[in-house]
Parts: sequence; structure tokens; C-alpha cells
Amino acid sequence: MYKILKKAELNPTVTMMDIYAPLVAKKAQPGQFIILRVDDEGERIPLTVAGFDKDAGWVKIIFQIVGATTMKLNQKKEGEYIKDFVGPLGVETHTDGLEKVCIVGGGVGCAIALPVAQKLKDSGCEVTSIIGFRSKNLLILEDEFKKASKKLIVMTDDGSYGEKGNVCMPLNKLFESGEKFDKVIAIGPLVMMKFVVEATKPYNIPCDVSMNPIMIDGTGMCGGCRLTLIKDGKRVTKFACVDGPDFNGYEVDFDEAMSRSSMYSDFERHSYEKTCNLFKKEVK
Amino acid sequence: MANFNMKPDKNPMPSQDALVRAHNFDEVALGYTEEMAIDEALRCLSCKNMPCVDGCPVKIHIPEFIAKIKEGDFEGAYQIINKSSSLPAVCGRVCPQEVQCEAKCVRGIKGESVGIGRLERFVADWHNAHADNEPEIKENNGHKVAVVGSGPSGLTCAGDLAKKGYQVTVFEALHTAGGVLVYGIPEFRLPKTIVQKEVDNLTKMGVKIETNIVIGKTLTIDELFKMGFEAVFVGSGAGLPNFMGIPGESYKGVYSANEFLTRSNLMKSYLNEPETPIMKGGKVAVVGGGNVAMDAARTALRLGADKVYIVYRRSMDELPARKEEVEHAIEEGIEFKLLNNPVEILGYNNPDDKKDAKNGFVCGMKCIKMELGEPDEQGRRRPVPVEGSEFVLDVDTVIISIGTSPNPLIKSTTEGLEVNRWGGIIVEENGATTKTGVYAGGDAVTGAATVISAMGAGKVAADAIDEFIMNK
Repeated sequence: MYKILKKAELNPTVTMMDIYAPLVAKKAQPGQFIILRVDDEGERIPLTVAGFDKDAGWVKIIFQIVGATTMKLNQKKEGEYIKDFVGPLGVETHTDGLEKVCIVGGGVGCAIALPVAQKLKDSGCEVTSIIGFRSKNLLILEDEFKKASKKLIVMTDDGSYGEKGNVCMPLNKLFESGEKFDKVIAIGPLVMMKFVVEATKPYNIPCDVSMNPIMIDGTGMCGGCRLTLIKDGKRVTKFACVDGPDFNGYEVDFDEAMSRSSMYSDFERHSYEKTCNLFKKEVK
Repeated sequence: MANFNMKPDKNPMPSQDALVRAHNFDEVALGYTEEMAIDEALRCLSCKNMPCVDGCPVKIHIPEFIAKIKEGDFEGAYQIINKSSSLPAVCGRVCPQEVQCEAKCVRGIKGESVGIGRLERFVADWHNAHADNEPEIKENNGHKVAVVGSGPSGLTCAGDLAKKGYQVTVFEALHTAGGVLVYGIPEFRLPKTIVQKEVDNLTKMGVKIETNIVIGKTLTIDELFKMGFEAVFVGSGAGLPNFMGIPGESYKGVYSANEFLTRSNLMKSYLNEPETPIMKGGKVAVVGGGNVAMDAARTALRLGADKVYIVYRRSMDELPARKEEVEHAIEEGIEFKLLNNPVEILGYNNPDDKKDAKNGFVCGMKCIKMELGEPDEQGRRRPVPVEGSEFVLDVDTVIISIGTSPNPLIKSTTEGLEVNRWGGIIVEENGATTKTGVYAGGDAVTGAATVISAMGAGKVAADAIDEFIMNK
């Protein structure tokens, strides 16, 4: 059992928790992920680590309430326990030798982008961050990004905060104004990462993306998280859990990844509604 | 003592009716009654040279335990098996006896061999139902050993070391102990309560089980030594699924057998309102001919599939699965598409409607007919495609069950641990690896094999670890 040391609502649909898991905290690095199960019979879900304190022994997770499991997780209170918490899994984000990086975060993906930005800043790298949200009420981690970045651009789809538009707009402007980056790191919805890659390509700047596909064990056993890289015209299968979650964005077959991510959408909708109704009944 | 029973055939195993069991997850084989067991035991001729024992990877004293059954001393029979095997209730159910002990049985020359596996299962179940003697707890000898993985080799190694007085901790990556016995082998073939009982027994003997720890990630082998473990046994299995490398393997509805079985077995997707999803119903093709393929096919059937095919590129004679599983699968209505090989998985694509919910899902599998050519190095006749014989099998789920490879996580984080070119950890006969104090066994060494051979490797390594620590 793993204790929830701290819980905070970052916006109406995104929650942050610090989970006491000293062995995981000791090893965790930005870019890696954990797998948790809320209770017995629960589903295993992967969440990328959003922070950690090796001395205090906690790992920070930030999650969006999108399905039955995240809803159940969100019902847990500070001081309560979750059943299973395993990690750190996957390969850490490579930051060695980078001097100037543009981080592009979208929605809850910003939670994962933040520790990467912080690590880069700590290693002396100049970080420009572009973070995007649908609307002002969904904005998270602005202050933290400000601290980690030399320059921060906030975008909202509806213009209710920061600049109006998607994250590719300021990115394009930066490129057009002649800004040079060693790398662009994009973390967010698949479609956002796909467009960031397309925007970056003409400038020949390396672009890494963080993939978060469906998975079960997280150790290379099920193959459910497989994705296709296209290397020199050849299709290569990789497992996001052990080979990733970071990949060279130029090589990822995003259309396939987007299709695969919807495999259980019917099931998920049903199961979300069911859990929703269950909680409503409890409240009554 | 009664006379020998010279009936040519084994006492048949009472089983759930094929048409009923095809729709539930209860155990298929129901086990012998006491009368059946004694009657079957009387078929054993108690041969002096005991050929059956030679066929057993852990050398169970087979005629001795069968003699106890003849006398009606079932607990006595259990104690004899228990000397050589730590998981009799498991092995009685999943061992391929027809190529091991029973293949050597003299009764098999004219008729059927003695039902050794069925008797082993009977004895283990009898013990579990009747005996309440707690396992013996050995005085702690002050030495700590770590076991990586809680599958058959790890559980056996841990049990044997605990019996010698070692303080053993088993590290398991998943949230439940049992390894392939819980994530791989389905409930209808090996009820999970049986595995749990074996795990509970170990805990009673003082073995600590730490779940949710991935060795190679959460902790490394070198760190285990720093934590005071004097030796490490690696029984991390062969978990990495192989794919075919044909077009279409990424369509929705294509699973590795590992994923499909893990969803159903470990995550209990077979329940009515599961939390972990799985594709149920429709038409299913399972590619492969091993035990795992049979398990996947029969699981798909029980999940409500309308039609299940086994697609295998050789013929029935080469099918590597246990004979009993193949027979059960046929009885349950699974169709064997033998001498067929998949060349492409087809996906649905509606060019006029990008939002069509069926887009990206499997809608068929293109296969080519095969014929058997010259035998290969292993003597198995090599399947050769018949030109122009392609056809499309109408399916919407494809489960790929063409084998697994050892997981590279431990190798890649352990300096000095060498593996062969298939990823199997290189060991000496006693299980010692190329790294001092580290032993390995089971599928992590051999690649996917049987429960009993993994168990045997766990036993051998336990003895070697004992010797290593005592001679330090």
C-alpha cells in the first residue's frame, strides 16, 4: 500500500498527488513513468512522473480525470492509500549536452514537461517553454514553468489567457525570427506532438516526443504499447514501456499511434459513465 | 495388496462437458475420485528399473508414490512427491506428461500408460483438501538470498532455500505473485487458488514476497548485494512477446498472446463488468501451435467469441502443445487451420469517413497454404508456402502466439551477466551465471519452456546457492 502524502486540485479536471514510494523516488528521473492500481481488481495505468523528492521518498503524479480509474483515484483523499505503485519504468529523458532547448507542453502533458525543463535548467541549459491549454481555467503550473524557463509563452485555444491559438504558432514565430535550438521536446496530446514535429522539420532541429500508449505491465511483457518508427523507409516496432517513452518525433508513425489509442474508447466511455453513476449514488 | 489392473486404457479424467465449459472459466478437468485413483494406481506394474522416473525432469519417485495410493495412504503418497517436487498440484495439471514420465511407462507399449499426471494431481488435491499440517519452519541460518521473479523457478528455489534455513526474499514486478502461473495459464486449466496456496505456504515458511519491484529498474542486482543478500537467483522468465513482422500487426484487435492472456487472467477482464478491457466476441484467429496458443484460443472462446481458429503453419503431428489441451480445444469447437501461414493482417478503412468507428480495426487475415518439405536440423519437416494459394480468413481479432524471448531488463542493468544471442542468460549446469553469486534458471535461461523444467532449474540452483554460501 502506498500513502497519499499530499493532494491538490490544479484545475477542475487535473489533480496532483505526492505518493510515498521511497524506492521509486530514489531512482526516478524526468521522463520515466510509474504504473499504479488504485485498488484490488483495479486497472493498471501508466503515469509519467511529474516530480520526486529522493530524501522525503515521494513521487509526484499529475493526472487528468479522463476515465473510470482516474476518477476512482481522484476520490482518494490525502492520508489514504493506493494499492500498487511500481517504477520507475522506461528510459529517462536525455538532457546531456543540450544548451538551448524549446519545451512544448500541451494540457496535462505540461506536468511531465516540467521536470524535464527543471532538469535542463539545473544543468545550465537555456529553456524556452511554450505551454498550451484549451482555456484559462485549465491552466496549470505557470509559476513553476516561469522559474524553469528563460522565456515562457502561454497559449489558450480560446484566448482567455496568454495568447490565443495553438502551441505551433509561437513556435513557428520563434523559428522564423531565427531562433536556433539544439532540440525541441514536445509532450502533450498525440495530435499536438504530430504538429510540433511537422513545424520543426523544415528547420532540421531534432524533436523528441513522449509517447503514452495503452499498456499493462510496463516491463516489455504485453506488447500492447507497441508503436512504429519509420527509419530510412523501414518500419520498426518498438515498445514504449522499455524503449521509450521518449522517441525521435521524426520517426514516429503518429497516425497509427492515434488509431491504436482509441482501441477501447467504447469500453472506456461506458466504464466512465458507470463509475460516475456509482459515485453520484454514494453522494446521494 | 490387490492384483494389478490390466485394463489397457487409463481411467478417463472426469471433465466438465465440452459445450458447457466452453462458456465458463471453471476448471475443465475435475480430478479422480479416491476409487478411480486406486483403480488407476493398480495399473502400475511397479517396474524395478523405474523408466518413468527417468522421464521426470525432477525425478519424482513415481512407483513409490503410486504404491502408497494402492494402499489408500494418500498423505503418504504426497510426502513422497513432496520430496522431489514443490508444486505437485500445479505440475499434475500442466506438465506435458505424455512426453515425460508417461512416455516411458511400460504400460504404454500395449495400450495407454498409467495416468501418472492424473494421479499426481489427485494426491496433491487430496493433501490440500485434507491435510492441515503447517509447513515446517527451519531455524534461520542467518544468510539472506534474493529471488527475482515469483514464477515456477523462483517459487521452487525460494522454497528449497527456506527449507535449508535461508532467509529468502522474492521480488516480483507485477502486483501478484505467481509469474506465468497467474498471468499466463488460464483459470480453467490452473485455478488461481492453487497457485495462491503454494505462495501462502512459502510465506508460512518465512519467505518474504515483495511485489511491485522491478529488478533492473526499482533495484539492481548489484544493489541487492549491497543490501546484504549473499546470492541472487534470477528467474525472470521469458516475457518478451515475439511478433511476426508482417504488415498490419498494429491494427486494433491484434494482440500478443501475452497481452490477451494477461488481460484475462491477471487483470480479470473475463468478469462481467471488468475494469480492464479486452475484445470479446467476434471471430478470432490465434497464430501458433503451442500451449499458450491453446490457452489463448480457449480463453477467447470463453469470452464469447463466435468462432475461434488456430492457425498453424505445420500439421497436427508437429503441433507442440500438450495432447490433452489440443483434444480439449477440438472438443470445445476450436477449428484448426493447419498448414496455413499468415502473410498480412487486413484493417478496415473507410476512405469516405475518417471518423468511422471501425477504421483501424482488424477485418481479416490473409494466409497462404503450406506443405511440408524436407526435415530441418531438428528433424521437423520445414513448411513451404504453396504458390498462389493465398486466401483471406474472416476474423476481427488476431492473437499472436509464436513464442516469447527472455526480458532484457536485468541483463542491460547488470554488469558481468552474459546472455546468448537469443537473450537467454548463460549458466553452468548448476545454474551459476557469469557473475559471482548470481544464479539463474527457467525460461530466463532456456527461453519459453515448461513449468516443470523451470522448477527443476530452481531446485538445482537452490542446492548450488547453498553450496556457494556455505563454502564462502
